[in-house]
Amino acid sequence: MEFFLQNVINALQWGSFYALIALGYSMVYSILMLFNFTHGDIFMTGAYIGFGVATALLILTASLALPGWLLLIVTIIISMILTSFLGIIVERVGYRPLRDAPRASAAITGLMIGIILETGNLAVLGAQRLSFPALIETVTYDLGGVYFTNKKILIVGVSLLMMLMLHAFIRKSRWGMAMRAMSYDYQVVPLMGVSLNIIAPMTFAIGSALAAAAGILYGMAYPVLDPYMGILLGWKSFVAAILGGRGSILGAALAGFMLGFIEIFTAMIFPSTFRDLIAYSIILLILTFRPYGFFGQPYSTQLRL
Amino acid sequence: MQMIVEKLKVSYGNIKALHGLDFSIAAGEIVCIIGANGAGKSTALKAISRLVPVESDTIMIFEGHDLTDYTPDRAVSKLGISHVPEGRRLFGNLTVLENLQLAAFARRDPNAIAEDMEKVFSIFPRLKERGKQMSGTLSGGEQQMLAVGRAYVTGRRMMLLDEPSMGLAPILMLSMFEALKEINRAGTTILLVEQNARLALNFAKRAYVIENGRIVLEGDSIDLLINPDVKNAYLGGQS
Repeated sequence: MEFFLQNVINALQWGSFYALIALGYSMVYSILMLFNFTHGDIFMTGAYIGFGVATALLILTASLALPGWLLLIVTIIISMILTSFLGIIVERVGYRPLRDAPRASAAITGLMIGIILETGNLAVLGAQRLSFPALIETVTYDLGGVYFTNKKILIVGVSLLMMLMLHAFIRKSRWGMAMRAMSYDYQVVPLMGVSLNIIAPMTFAIGSALAAAAGILYGMAYPVLDPYMGILLGWKSFVAAILGGRGSILGAALAGFMLGFIEIFTAMIFPSTFRDLIAYSIILLILTFRPYGFFGQPYSTQLRL
Repeated sequence: MQMIVEKLKVSYGNIKALHGLDFSIAAGEIVCIIGANGAGKSTALKAISRLVPVESDTIMIFEGHDLTDYTPDRAVSKLGISHVPEGRRLFGNLTVLENLQLAAFARRDPNAIAEDMEKVFSIFPRLKERGKQMSGTLSGGEQQMLAVGRAYVTGRRMMLLDEPSMGLAPILMLSMFEALKEINRAGTTILLVEQNARLALNFAKRAYVIENGRIVLEGDSIDLLINPDVKNAYLGGQS
């Protein structure tokens, strides 16, 4: 039983990473009908930006001896803002010129920008792995034989908080309303006087900010950064976005956590080298029966404007 | 003239949809374009609202502004050209009120927006009752009301309407056109495209008839209603 609960906590932690990243895929898909294949590398870049911000903060405020949680909050906020600009640039440079081009062109562009981010990082920072500064001390709690750390609680808590904030933004704000409208019928949105060139970059910015948050949280749990860390995590989160249903925000979040659970519990039963093989075979099987995922809609063949 | 259009040409790939239309509309007028299915009526409206590109020698001037410099969203937000597209195209996942609020997205004066909202609710009281309802669940008539109301709230100076009678029962058609008259009286120019020629000609002061992407006839609606060619082609022969 303790072992089981232990794994629930681990699954929630991994699910948080997948869910936060999957949200970015789904948001962009829901309004532009394209998958932003740069997203995994935006997560990676976000983690590095977080590393830079945390390191700079530690040096700049060394004499003040500020509490670690404060530095962490400031690091997350600044890194989310900086990484959102990366998202805006990717949209502007990579995707906007291709808005009316075949979707395959946009996908290839996305992959190429991702490679540029990876290799650019390699060229600038070198091949050595960086270790993410431990802003807060790890404290381990023992709850009747179930061990968990303050970091795991923090990761799950911050992720859930971000998802609630995203939900409130999409439901309550005028921009969120425009995004929902765009997800329904993006061709008519301009007829309301709303520019796609405001809503599209904003969507990339929000997705990228969430990926940055995921990057920092990931860095806290696994404090080793390398330029290719976004690839596997990015693809897995993409699978979560598909599993949730293309363009479904709620689906992406739920499927992200589900992915965490499937992985962790597969590893509970089978040797760890079998984990992804079995976990993703299960997901493939699910998608065979539910090709549109949990909350997705079949492609519309309706002719548009 | 509020809007002057000359040599309006539009192509879809190799297919020429419009071969050069010339028409103009004075402020406060109601003008309609009638023609058969596929004649290019909708394309003309889409060209004005900038949804489809026009060929380079096309001239479109709206209140002194060169329309060809505008994107669809700026044609709405800066010039006040609002387009009610064919098939209404409401945001079915938004409530009635949200559809109206989104239409006011680019506007900054809350008083003017509130005033327009009130006007929409006074013309279409049904929309006020349905405010919190998802627009996808509205009846056909209510959806058309919302599509027009939405266009009104954008801060329109001119409203382009693509087949507002489509799919409506005759009684609803008439009340819709009454509502459009009221909107026109409140100072909105109306350019209407209709397959229901009799209805359109009774509603508009002037009309253009287009066939295969060309204007073949134009004049006051009263004259067109008794024109033998129009009668034969669009009004079901003898009447």
